[in-house]
Amino acid sequence: MTAATATAPLLLEARALSFYRQDEPVFGPLDFRLHAGEVALVEGDNGSGKTTLLRVLAGLLHLDEGELRWRGSSWQRDSYSGDILFLGHHLGLKADLSTRENLAVAIGLYGQRAGGNIARVLAEIGLSGYEDEPVRRLSAGQKKRAALTRLLLLPATLWLLDEPYANLDRTGIELVNHLLEQHTARGGAALVTSHGAVSFLSGEPKRIRMHG
Amino acid sequence: MSSAPLSIACAALLRRDLTLAWRRRGDIAMPVLYALIVTTLFPFALGPEDALLQRIAGGVVLVTVLLAMLLALDAMFRSDIEDGSLEQLVLAPQPLALMLGMKILAHWLATALPLILAAPLLAGMLHLPAPVMPVLLLALLLATPLLSLLGAVLVALTAGTRRSGMLLALMLLPLCVPVVIFAAGAVAAAQQGLPWLAPIAWLGAALALALVLAPLACAAALRIALDA
Amino acid sequence: MANWIPLWLHKLGSPPIFYRFAGVLRPWMLALAVLLGAVALYGGLVLAPPDYQQSDAYRIIFIHVPSAWMSLFIYGVMAVASFIALVWRIKLAEVVAMESAPIGAAFTFITLVTGSLWGKPMWGTWWTWDARLTSELVLLFLYLGVIGLYHSFEDRRQGARAAAFLAIIGIINVPIVHFSVNWWNTLHQGSTVRILGPSKMSGDMLWPLLTMMAATKFYYLASLFSRVRVDLLAMESGKDWVRQIAEREGRQ
Repeated sequence: MTAATATAPLLLEARALSFYRQDEPVFGPLDFRLHAGEVALVEGDNGSGKTTLLRVLAGLLHLDEGELRWRGSSWQRDSYSGDILFLGHHLGLKADLSTRENLAVAIGLYGQRAGGNIARVLAEIGLSGYEDEPVRRLSAGQKKRAALTRLLLLPATLWLLDEPYANLDRTGIELVNHLLEQHTARGGAALVTSHGAVSFLSGEPKRIRMHG
Repeated sequence: MSSAPLSIACAALLRRDLTLAWRRRGDIAMPVLYALIVTTLFPFALGPEDALLQRIAGGVVLVTVLLAMLLALDAMFRSDIEDGSLEQLVLAPQPLALMLGMKILAHWLATALPLILAAPLLAGMLHLPAPVMPVLLLALLLATPLLSLLGAVLVALTAGTRRSGMLLALMLLPLCVPVVIFAAGAVAAAQQGLPWLAPIAWLGAALALALVLAPLACAAALRIALDA
Repeated sequence: MANWIPLWLHKLGSPPIFYRFAGVLRPWMLALAVLLGAVALYGGLVLAPPDYQQSDAYRIIFIHVPSAWMSLFIYGVMAVASFIALVWRIKLAEVVAMESAPIGAAFTFITLVTGSLWGKPMWGTWWTWDARLTSELVLLFLYLGVIGLYHSFEDRRQGARAAAFLAIIGIINVPIVHFSVNWWNTLHQGSTVRILGPSKMSGDMLWPLLTMMAATKFYYLASLFSRVRVDLLAMESGKDWVRQIAEREGRQ
């Protein structure tokens, strides 16, 4: 993976990124670069600001200090919307809607990746038979999988995944790694936060260390 | 690999919110039931005298509908915030103001429309003269979307707080004073046989302005509220 | 920040400099407020002749009118500070807006109470749905909404920004409320007695009124300065300049 990145285009660049909450520094200053085809693992203890970093990058939080560049130009709130996909602690699934209905709304808002088909993708992610089940009846792991399905269906270059491995069994963790591999092979990039050790199928991911 | 067209996004969101409202039909009935209860209490408190009830009918129905809407207002974004749908909506490559406009429309259809349909019954219970009924309905048709739009901005502002029911009422009161004055003014004028078009026109003008500005304000307010 | 803002204004916006600036000015403001207030009260209550219609009851206007004027003026200040806070995210503007709200609410409350006290001998009732009093009541609710929203957030700066947004919505709403209440008042033919009629005031009555207006302004500034100073200390408690002040005060 490292050899490929030397020539791959630079997607995201952060210079001296800092964030304060009520004047208390949450993280930073932080410098990192993310090229196409790279996965960066955001590491740090609880409370070190991993989630905050992802929310800043997604544009949900106001950036206090530092500079963010996306594809070489200065970052603005809407400059890469549609290019990113954010998966947070809250999965963004409506409990009263079925998996299929939830995904249909997501496609309506974000657009559909070429060749993405809800039924096929749900089967791929291990949720066949649960397409029309209201999300409230799914287990925590199944809900997570349903949210991950968005990664396969929606077009995006940068994935911001907050704790994607939480609540997943071993096959689920392998599934996430497989999704990440497919994504980077296509020229996408991802920022992933995680507590535990993650075994990637190939290569060593880039690491962004948060100072707790 | 292209983002969804605007019309499809609007339709998807509207359909989602209406489906959710339909799956929780009981919640839709609540404001109507509340309005019915409040209207029933008035004759008990004031006496069943026809002339008195007739005189207050228009105002009572308006205030009751407003209070019933206030009851449902708090829930406009709450579940979306709790399950993360709102984050997904904010991050979607669509104009947020328009998306919120769709949410407000869905909310109006699910809460205000049933109340407007129930309004003739409520007004009838208080002996509102039949010729005044169309004016009351017209006033409600203009005033309720105004309240939904103004309310949405305030609900968005309180989206980052824990409990907001009473605070919302306090914040909404100054904004709804003009709405109530003109809506009730039109009904009262019609009841006295005076021209009632002027206050209705003011309501219409305010609604046109709010239709454009409120979703934008709502989007700005929501970004402030989520910035935590 | 935009570079057309003069440097001194930019510097004044920094918490430690404003803290010192406000600390120096505050006692003078307070002294001026007390002095002018005393002069205005003497002029209004003793020197000014009784009104030929209302005899001595009119004298409450020396409190009522300046308060009413301040209630609107402070709302204006709050809205401007709110706008600056939202657009340029200046902390001092947030603090000024949020600390103005309780002072403005207090003036609004005084206006309502004195208006009602004046109404008893004039209209024979404590409360009347007069257009001005009603607008003032709505203004009080606007203030309370801003204060309530500010305090309902855990993050003070976020609360300040949300409340600032509400304050701006409110300032758009104030003229609309005034217009609609006026319309409503003519529709229902309520009492239309005015506190200050179109009749010209004599100079004997005018100068205490204007002096009191100046006194309330200075009082507002003095009160605002001390509130802002306390707030700045609390918000910046982790910063060096606050630590230095704490050490200096602790030694004394």
